[in-house]
Amino acid sequence: MNEIDIALTVNGEPISERVEARKTLVDFLREDLGLTGSHVGCEHGVCGACTVRVNGAIVRGCLMLAVQCDGTIIETIEGLSDSGEVADLQAAFEQRNALQCGYCTPGMIAAAQDLLNRGGVPSRDQIREHLSGNYCRCTGYHAIVDAVESVAQERNKARAGAKR
Amino acid sequence: MKITDDSPPVLSALDRPNSYIGRSVPRPNLQRLTQGRGQYVSDVTLPRMAHVAFVRSPHAHARIKSIKVDAAKKAPGVIAVITGAELAKVMTPWVGVLTHLKGLKSAPQAPIAVERACWQGEAVAAVVARTRAQAEDACELVEVNYEPLPALTDPETALDAKTPVIHPSIADNLCFERKLDVGKVDEALASSDAVVETTFLFGRHTGVTTEPRSIVADWNVGEQKMTVYQGTQAPHMMQNLFAKHLGLAEHQVRVITKDVGGSFGIKVHTYADEMATVALSKLLKRPVKFVADRIESFVTDIHARDHRVKAKIGVRQDGTITAFEIDDLTGIGPYSVYPRTSGIEANQVVNLVGGPYTCPNYRAQARVVFTNKNVMCQYRAVGHPLAVAVTEGLVELAAAKIGMDPLELRRRNLIADDAYPAQSAAGLKFEKLSHHESLAHLDSLMNYAGLRAEQKKLREQGIYRGIGFASFIEVTNPSAAFYGVGGAKITSQDGATVKLDAQGALIVATGVTEQGQGAEAVVAQCVATAFGVPLERVRVITGDTDVTPYGGGTWASRAAGIGGEAAWQAGKALRANVLAVAGAMLQAKPETLDIRNGVVVDAASGTERLPLEELARVAYFRPDTLPAGIQAELVATRHYVPRAWPFAFTNGVQASYLEVDTDTGFVKLLKHWCVEDCGTIINPQLVDEQIRGGIVQGIGAALFEQCLYDERGQMLNGNMADYLVPMAAEMPDIECGHVVSPTADSELGAKGAGEAGTAGAPACVMNAINDALRPLHAAPLTDMPFTPGKILRALGKV
Repeated sequence: MNEIDIALTVNGEPISERVEARKTLVDFLREDLGLTGSHVGCEHGVCGACTVRVNGAIVRGCLMLAVQCDGTIIETIEGLSDSGEVADLQAAFEQRNALQCGYCTPGMIAAAQDLLNRGGVPSRDQIREHLSGNYCRCTGYHAIVDAVESVAQERNKARAGAKR
Repeated sequence: MKITDDSPPVLSALDRPNSYIGRSVPRPNLQRLTQGRGQYVSDVTLPRMAHVAFVRSPHAHARIKSIKVDAAKKAPGVIAVITGAELAKVMTPWVGVLTHLKGLKSAPQAPIAVERACWQGEAVAAVVARTRAQAEDACELVEVNYEPLPALTDPETALDAKTPVIHPSIADNLCFERKLDVGKVDEALASSDAVVETTFLFGRHTGVTTEPRSIVADWNVGEQKMTVYQGTQAPHMMQNLFAKHLGLAEHQVRVITKDVGGSFGIKVHTYADEMATVALSKLLKRPVKFVADRIESFVTDIHARDHRVKAKIGVRQDGTITAFEIDDLTGIGPYSVYPRTSGIEANQVVNLVGGPYTCPNYRAQARVVFTNKNVMCQYRAVGHPLAVAVTEGLVELAAAKIGMDPLELRRRNLIADDAYPAQSAAGLKFEKLSHHESLAHLDSLMNYAGLRAEQKKLREQGIYRGIGFASFIEVTNPSAAFYGVGGAKITSQDGATVKLDAQGALIVATGVTEQGQGAEAVVAQCVATAFGVPLERVRVITGDTDVTPYGGGTWASRAAGIGGEAAWQAGKALRANVLAVAGAMLQAKPETLDIRNGVVVDAASGTERLPLEELARVAYFRPDTLPAGIQAELVATRHYVPRAWPFAFTNGVQASYLEVDTDTGFVKLLKHWCVEDCGTIINPQLVDEQIRGGIVQGIGAALFEQCLYDERGQMLNGNMADYLVPMAAEMPDIECGHVVSPTADSELGAKGAGEAGTAGAPACVMNAINDALRPLHAAPLTDMPFTPGKILRALGKV
């Protein structure tokens, strides 16, 4: 069996593990680290349920191998939740019922945060476009767009207030 | 964030102080899901747990001549390699029939194929290993020697004399047939001013739940108990089936369902893979886990629709619809799915065509045949999307033919709002529907006249927009008439147990399950209102056959209407029990007291008399201080099943506004509307979100989704790159409106809302596309999904 040692930072914790070369990042997170908030939906990069952040950029956890993450900084929904970084997005999703079964939600929130980190208030079309790699079978997306739009407006207001 | 539609209810008997009925309160279980702390079955790991992977037939139909497992058994991590013949010693086969679908027949199905594989993807051997990856590695070492047999892939030829019969144990390839002839169809058609005849084709598609089917089965020899963690919609049904086919008593089987990553009907059936997993756990005496991967999901999750419907409508120049006639043919795979059968969808098509209208003349034939493709069975809105597309497609084609506005033609034929109770030509009984009020509401909600003006103006600029409608009815709150009378152990009743804890909070256990639709919220709202506590003091437990009252689970839009009513009644019963104790403590008559906001009050004045905490403290810890003869009963259970009507029909109307690019064939959805009537609305936000999600699922059927098979029975697009699902960028905003006609069958008056969106959306989109292309004299499109290629062909451009 081809196994390789890797060292990386996951949600702020230093991690050293030996992994099979063929193991995907999302399987590593779920099976080796017990971080089951990242979900496996299609395992071929279409559904976005495994979206996590690697060195600040969102990636598909099923399209990256764990061994490629040696030396990287990984953030999953567990880390994003504990740090409070996406608390307003989570609250908006809950208020707007922008999730039903919740399986796509961790990936959806990571993708939405990626858009909102770019600043400004994106249009509904821009929000839809940015989330178009994240599959949700339950909501029909309308509520998700509402939730992301409302947080974009709130954050923009807060930024404008801070500048004043 | 303020929820704008969080308005007080327009109710009477339900209008208790601090009522939560009719309020858009957020669901109690959302925070753990947004934080990634859900507990899906795919997350479950147990000590000594092994993983199973299946060797699947690459042939649509083949005899299994031999299976060599030696190499696989020696592979790293492998615990066992099991064939169908070995597993048959642990588990009995099943046959998917219901006695009330007369004549329906099927063949015995085994958890793993024994002598023959009958579709591409059917499991022929199981490999159990320490990890899933090891199990999959070893699957590649299993050598199966197949003798390919002729594959029956075209339903049109299934009943031909020269077509081989798939199952030698049954006479032919006909699974089920139904015929109906009501009124005088031939005379009515002959006396019509116009007759429209066309053939509707519906693509075979599937649920594509985000979390694939998942199960962990744990046979504990010491306890002689099978604990099954399963993402299912019907835990008690599965308890019965696992027990029955393993030769266990039901109390030896516990089914636990925590979070489920999407269901939509996909997870309400008995799958060979899950039955095999449970049998393997029994055989190997340890926990075994199976999670379908996406490719496996495409070839083993039930498929649905795949109907060919020849259809005819007669209409007079004044818009009167004179007759409907249909001939439906569907191929459901090699087995009728257990235990709900694969005859229901065609049966529903026969039941529902023409349902919203007064037209008394209706003839229908439906034939359900076996094929060598993956099995088909009930998927969200079962039969409705087909029946609505056929009916509403015919209605709009007829309107165009006689030059009448499609809404006007509907107004002249929809059953009048004051005509209830009423019955359709097919014999469906309607307690109270609101077609006309819904239509009027939709007309103004969408500004129909304004859109028509805009459409006309844009056409002059070469921009082709279309407006399409669909009136619909929907079966909800099923009584025993759906499955119970046919002999299936699928309960239509449901129960709720409410318990006052020692600090005055409520714990509710309910037989309905949470699939994400908000059942927990609805049950909590009903109990909190009926009993009289703040919502934060209600916790709901679902999905555990050892803990919850016996119930049907979640299907056929039943959780709110049936589960909600049981919860409402249980809350009321516990309030009466608590007030009896309070009366004794306060030396007051119980009927002069009430519970409001968690406090026992004087009913007339609202004066606070006793906090629930204090009552609970006395009842649990100082019962010696209660008067003699007073025993506090702080748990109450109530059950509910609809009795007055076999189903609580709902109704509504949808509209789609879209633009067709006549050069590329692409459809851009601009807006979608739905006005529906699900009776009492317990949580407006949850109803709207059921409608929206359902509509998008229906849009998927109309524009994107199809399981493509070649003539050898090979699925060609079994992955998410090639099988397209609706994504955010292509979907429109969806506006919802409501008319409220409560059912008198329950005190709440709630009907179901889970499938109305899916029922109407495909018809709506189809009609809008045809409306857009009508000035270009394109042949009407009736072959779903409406891909750009089909649209360009209809335009004569390719």
